[in-house]
Amino acid sequence: MKAFTYERASDAKAAVRAAAETPGARFIAGGTNLLDLMKLEIEQPQHLIDVSRLPMAGIEETATGGLRLGAAATNSAVSADERVRARYPVLSEAILAGGSPQLRNKASVAGNLLQRTRCAYFYDTSKPCNKRQSGSGCGALEGLNRNAAIFGASDACIATHTSDMAVALTALCADIETLTPSGDARRFPLADLHRLPGETPHIETHLIAGELITAVVLPPPPPGAQAYRKVRDRASYAGGLASVAVAGGQVALGMVAHKPWRAEAAEAALSSGASASEAIAQELAGASPLGRNDFKIPLVARLATAVITDVAGRAA
Amino acid sequence: MRTTITVNGEARSLDLDPRTTLLDTLREHLKLTGAKKGCDHGQCGACTVLVNGVRINSCLSLAVAHDGDEVVSIEGVGTVETLHPVQQAFLTHDAFQCGYCTPGQICSTLGMLDELAAGWPSQETAPGAAPVFNDAEIRERMSGNICRCSAYPQIVAAIKDAREAMA
Amino acid sequence: MSSVNDWAAPNPVTTNRSGIIGKPVDRYEGPLKVTGTAPYAYEVQPPSPPAYGVMVGASIAVGRIAAVDTAEAEAAPGVLTVWTHLNVPAQPARGTKAHPRSTQGSKPAFESDRVTYWGQPVALVVADTLENAVAASHLVRLTYEAETPDVDFRARLADAGQPLGEQDMEVGDFDGGFAASAVKLDETWVTPIQNHCQMEPCASVVWWEGDKCVAHTSIQMVKPAQHGLAETLGIDRDAVHLLTRYIGGGFGGKGQTYDDLTLAALAARALGRPVKVAFTRQQMMHGTIHRPATVMRVRLGAEKDGRLNAFSIMTWTHCHKEGSFTEHASNFARALYAAPNRLTGHRLIKLDLPHAGPMRAPGEASGTMSLECAMDELAEQLGLDPVELRIRNEPPVDPENGRPFSQRQLVRCLKEGAQLFGWDRRLPTPGLVRDGRWLVGMGMAAAIRGNFLLPAKCSFSVDADGVITVRQGMTDIGTGTYTVLAQIAAETLGVTLGEVRVEIGDSELPPAPGSGGQFGAASAGSAALAAGMNLRRAIAELATGDPNSPLYGDDPTLVTFQDGVVAIENKSETLATLIRRAAPAGLTIEGDSRPAADMREWSTQTYGSHYCEVGVDTVTGEVRVRRMLGVFAAGRILNYKTARSQLTGGMIWGVGSALTEGNVVDPRYGSLINQDLAQYLVPVQADIGELDAIMLDEVDDKANPMGVKGVGELGNSGAGAAVANAIYNACGVRVRDYPITPDKLLAGLIAKGL
Repeated sequence: MKAFTYERASDAKAAVRAAAETPGARFIAGGTNLLDLMKLEIEQPQHLIDVSRLPMAGIEETATGGLRLGAAATNSAVSADERVRARYPVLSEAILAGGSPQLRNKASVAGNLLQRTRCAYFYDTSKPCNKRQSGSGCGALEGLNRNAAIFGASDACIATHTSDMAVALTALCADIETLTPSGDARRFPLADLHRLPGETPHIETHLIAGELITAVVLPPPPPGAQAYRKVRDRASYAGGLASVAVAGGQVALGMVAHKPWRAEAAEAALSSGASASEAIAQELAGASPLGRNDFKIPLVARLATAVITDVAGRAA
Repeated sequence: MRTTITVNGEARSLDLDPRTTLLDTLREHLKLTGAKKGCDHGQCGACTVLVNGVRINSCLSLAVAHDGDEVVSIEGVGTVETLHPVQQAFLTHDAFQCGYCTPGQICSTLGMLDELAAGWPSQETAPGAAPVFNDAEIRERMSGNICRCSAYPQIVAAIKDAREAMA
Repeated sequence: MSSVNDWAAPNPVTTNRSGIIGKPVDRYEGPLKVTGTAPYAYEVQPPSPPAYGVMVGASIAVGRIAAVDTAEAEAAPGVLTVWTHLNVPAQPARGTKAHPRSTQGSKPAFESDRVTYWGQPVALVVADTLENAVAASHLVRLTYEAETPDVDFRARLADAGQPLGEQDMEVGDFDGGFAASAVKLDETWVTPIQNHCQMEPCASVVWWEGDKCVAHTSIQMVKPAQHGLAETLGIDRDAVHLLTRYIGGGFGGKGQTYDDLTLAALAARALGRPVKVAFTRQQMMHGTIHRPATVMRVRLGAEKDGRLNAFSIMTWTHCHKEGSFTEHASNFARALYAAPNRLTGHRLIKLDLPHAGPMRAPGEASGTMSLECAMDELAEQLGLDPVELRIRNEPPVDPENGRPFSQRQLVRCLKEGAQLFGWDRRLPTPGLVRDGRWLVGMGMAAAIRGNFLLPAKCSFSVDADGVITVRQGMTDIGTGTYTVLAQIAAETLGVTLGEVRVEIGDSELPPAPGSGGQFGAASAGSAALAAGMNLRRAIAELATGDPNSPLYGDDPTLVTFQDGVVAIENKSETLATLIRRAAPAGLTIEGDSRPAADMREWSTQTYGSHYCEVGVDTVTGEVRVRRMLGVFAAGRILNYKTARSQLTGGMIWGVGSALTEGNVVDPRYGSLINQDLAQYLVPVQADIGELDAIMLDEVDDKANPMGVKGVGELGNSGAGAAVANAIYNACGVRVRDYPITPDKLLAGLIAKGL
């Protein structure tokens, strides 16, 4: 790890102020992804602002019948919350499909959203990676890219976003609340948080530098059942090959793109009466596999069809 | 940075490089080498300790971020003379071979039993239902602790036995 | 010694008067391990504060280091020294043996500017703290002249040649026999590179006491490590005191030392303070040995009744350009099934990949993944039960060399396993058993692993409290060595386990071969038995020669040892009383054992069977192992608890081989792409359902004086094939390219219209 200085923020406004004033500053909460990357010097912050003890770990009801998840709430706390389990089971299931209990006990809501890709070429600092070092090239493009994106990739980057939680939140049409460096609060759809890689895969979100996520806001649950399913190479404690989150008629896919992938084409087809398999076929018509990850097309088709059908059956 | 952490009931005040992980603090500064470094990246669970009663990977944790926290490592669980029921059960069921993952497995077990008692779900828990204590739940909940010697069946047996002994 | 050379004669272990042999007692060192107080190498506290060494690995596979810039690293906070090939202290050339009987020659670190594999250690940074050393290691700037790596194994198969000094083994006329067979099978299987992934990365802490080098390291074999380090340092072998008391897994990967040990020793000498060096998890993948990939062609020709007429397994594999290791994946098959026409052999290609070497059940682990699936396929072609097919090809004597089997209970393993597992419930037609979204199937495979006995020594002491101390330069890598040595000592001297101490893992103790090849318990234990017999004799002579002993004047050969008492009929005294009075300083005596001259007249193997039930998710191609049972015959079992753990552990390794494990090579860079435990997937707890191992009664008096054989490798042999065969039975898809991941299985499911 490169040397850095550390401070524990006293409140959120002080945290964003410090971030704005200190060169190379980064927020740290659970640190399960940031420290992993700092040890490899993929991340090299000069200053860490610890926001894990700010009073934003609570889970509270919103006026509109939704839930506000504090950004510093641990993944475990969210997945175990009885309101989450009762009203947003897809979220609890998705969180529980990720990492390990120990990681979930430490990882925060915001940190989970901002976790970086697990692409092997990103992790090996001797390999070219435009995400790690802009302009160095993409080692994965012609490499062992079995787990690469099938939607929205570019020649600069074919990495996937590997969060499970974010897939469920996308299907639930969650918003995020932030504090900007100037101390202003703002709120926008989670769908607008992550970017597709384009030519700048090192820029992963639409956050302003030094902007702090303070909460995730869940709207009231959509009518219908919910489910999350993830496919992976071993039974637990492994990144996914693909996942699907379904909440009523809302569908999101995981590990298929640089961001959690809202399956809008499939949703539109479903709402106009298409079968689950027809709907997901519409979505996959827009996919661009690379060869080694071709299997994701039938995998996603079968997985999403099964889960959408199952959820529809449960709702009926 | 001056950091004070209560480790196994004893307040320890240390002047630490902010880069020092909780794991390296225990192992290199406090000579408490029970928590193990298997991967240093949260991929194996050998470094598992309890912080304020909750199991975490101490390798992915900065010690300075734990100022004021209470840490229990394997050395605080039991001694050779007075084994904790979980330690005794691991011994009785041969729930380890090389022993390197064992302290992490045992600390993880303690955290896991508390999580179960608190009703926390796992992906093996039926939606909306309270978790039940069974083999499938144990297996899923202990999957953050890799044992390359693969004492997995023995670990499940030990945990079931220990829970009865602790009841 | 003579009494143990007569292996069929009764001895304290085979008589087992106190019943301690075989008893499932807890691990001797278990209380230390469950309390975290067993110090592994990196945790040994040196006499003064250590410096921390961190290695840097090459980021090319082949070429040379053209330029070195260590200025920034040297100027970094806390840095004590930075070494590359340009300034590392001089070491004797590779392989130098200043002492002609060294078991290992010099292994210099950073010997030249040449890089021969990706990740090869090329620089060392030593600093006052671990954090400073790690940070400075990122500041070492190396410029390479890279050459195109020659690493594409599958593309180079045609260039593979006969391993040096080997030839194919042919019995009868394979081609003719195969052509004439009524039913034929000719298929090819592929296994990937695999990594040991011991939980404890290789690590060393070294300090110097004057001219003596004290080195704590994590190693399976003590003597070669001690000799190799002494040769590398250019000092007398006795000037190296090498210790390895607790080892966080070995599996073959710690059968040799690596640069952590060499560099820690050199740096400790140069800096005049203790130095610790450990591999990172990522460095372990390339920097230590791996199990090489194989391509195996299996041809089986059978009569319609299932009897094999022609049988061949040919293995292609690879090793490092400067290496010679061959994954002998065909060898095990030579003793397994009868067939008059047989052909087995290996082809080796040398590549710019890291060093290949032994990994748990070398040969068998890979080889059974082909042959035992081929037998399953043949059984289906013949319309025979796979168990019955194996029974019909049971040879009366070793089919390759005609030697009698010392013991062979393969058929019993097969039959008892089938019965206990409920094999009769298996439907031979795949794809018929559905459980929700899962298709469920059963598979089985046979297991075989050779048996070896290596020379070993051991010392036994008794002190004035009647406590027996076993001392041996042996290792315990989780295998149970501490425990079985204590059991042998307790049984031999008639004391309780509480009155036995075991000291191992130390180069200054009587040498033993170490842990590997499942020869450990037999080799080390036989020497322990010999030492124990010698101590019995010395104690008996002490008692019968001591006028103050009630046994005085009697025949020393009649003395019995039980319950801490030495006795002849009704005359007795406690061992402690005798020693305190007649030899208050205690007695110490050595014993040794070596293979019997006639060992080669027998075919001595260990055997087993695996039965497995899996579920295949027909939507996703995910596989879950639901139940698995192994039944094994491996001679006398010294401890049913630790032996069972070894066997179940090996079985779970088979699950990993079948389903998840494999390193993938990017030929452009010559490196393995998955370099950590998040990307190289070993099984986790949730991957393993109900799983157990059962051991049949057996004594093999041709193996050694105790009649024991090994179990450490056996459990792995055949286990993966049983999983693969169960997958086929579940869903009708054969995947012959391991591991059987969801993407591969999904393709097969789709092709079958599932």
